[in-house]
Amino acid sequence: MSNVGIVIVSHSPRVAEGAADMVRQMVGNEVPLAWCGGDPSGGLGTNVEAILDAINRAWSDKGVAILVDLGGAETNSEMAIEMLPPERAGKVVICNAPVVEGAVMAATEASGGATLVQVQATAQELSPA
Amino acid sequence: MMDETNLRTTILTVAAAVAAHADELTALDSAIGDGDHGANMKRGFDAVAADVDAIASNELPEALIKIGTKLVMTVGGASGPLYGTLFLTLGKQLAARPGDYAGALLQAVDAVAARGKSELGQKTMLDVLYPVAHAFRDGKSKSEILAVAEREAAATKDRRAIRGRASFLGERSVGHIDPGARSSALIVEAIGETLP
Repeated sequence: MSNVGIVIVSHSPRVAEGAADMVRQMVGNEVPLAWCGGDPSGGLGTNVEAILDAINRAWSDKGVAILVDLGGAETNSEMAIEMLPPERAGKVVICNAPVVEGAVMAATEASGGATLVQVQATAQELSPA
Repeated sequence: MMDETNLRTTILTVAAAVAAHADELTALDSAIGDGDHGANMKRGFDAVAADVDAIASNELPEALIKIGTKLVMTVGGASGPLYGTLFLTLGKQLAARPGDYAGALLQAVDAVAARGKSELGQKTMLDVLYPVAHAFRDGKSKSEILAVAEREAAATKDRRAIRGRASFLGERSVGHIDPGARSSALIVEAIGETLP
């Protein structure tokens, strides 16, 4: 796939899946997309292994943008990026943006063939500076 | 400093302490966070304890790296990467500078601060880890270091949270001990119990 991939990480699998549904409605299959949510026992939380898996599922040589909800989702995503092979780690960014709006905006930007930097910037326009 | 038997005992003692206090940690976290700290920490340290044979048969630096990796993969909250980073960095630093326990501990606590984008005095685990690392560097006795851990965890009660979920509460975070500071003190105490 030649477009930037999008990963959605929420504490709640249902939030992540719902956000992914909204992204699909906007961009169809134009953008590699994966989501994960929940801790390793299935409760609310996030899980480094699941995030790594989602990054690999949404992989694109143009890179992957991750949208996260609360604190632990960001910290666990940072950890997951560091655990990727170096040639992949440099092509994955976390967007500082609201998870649902950010995912939809980032994916819409990505579907037009934008670079990873452009995708991240578009999502982050949603956050107050 | 540690042979395989000691390391094994220490790991199991820490895991038992975390398990024994899981409800307390969850109660603290329910007051100012999302109420999962006890369950998350118990899951992580149970996983470490379950793997104790494979971990304790390594040299200390490698064992610490294995503990850190296990915590990162199993805890499931922000405390996973934070405690994971603590043990991972401790192991990497000890491998790079054998025997410099105080230097390695300070580097490891700095790495936790960087991971959490936090600093001393913000009502987090750092409020225990930094004073403990400083006391250890300054050559304080074991009983003094344990007293520092206990006192500094309790002192988070009067602070306002700046980082983490508790910061959403603003002033209402004052009056509760920080769960991460408490779990850090518990771990320091459990390690202290098993060391000479």
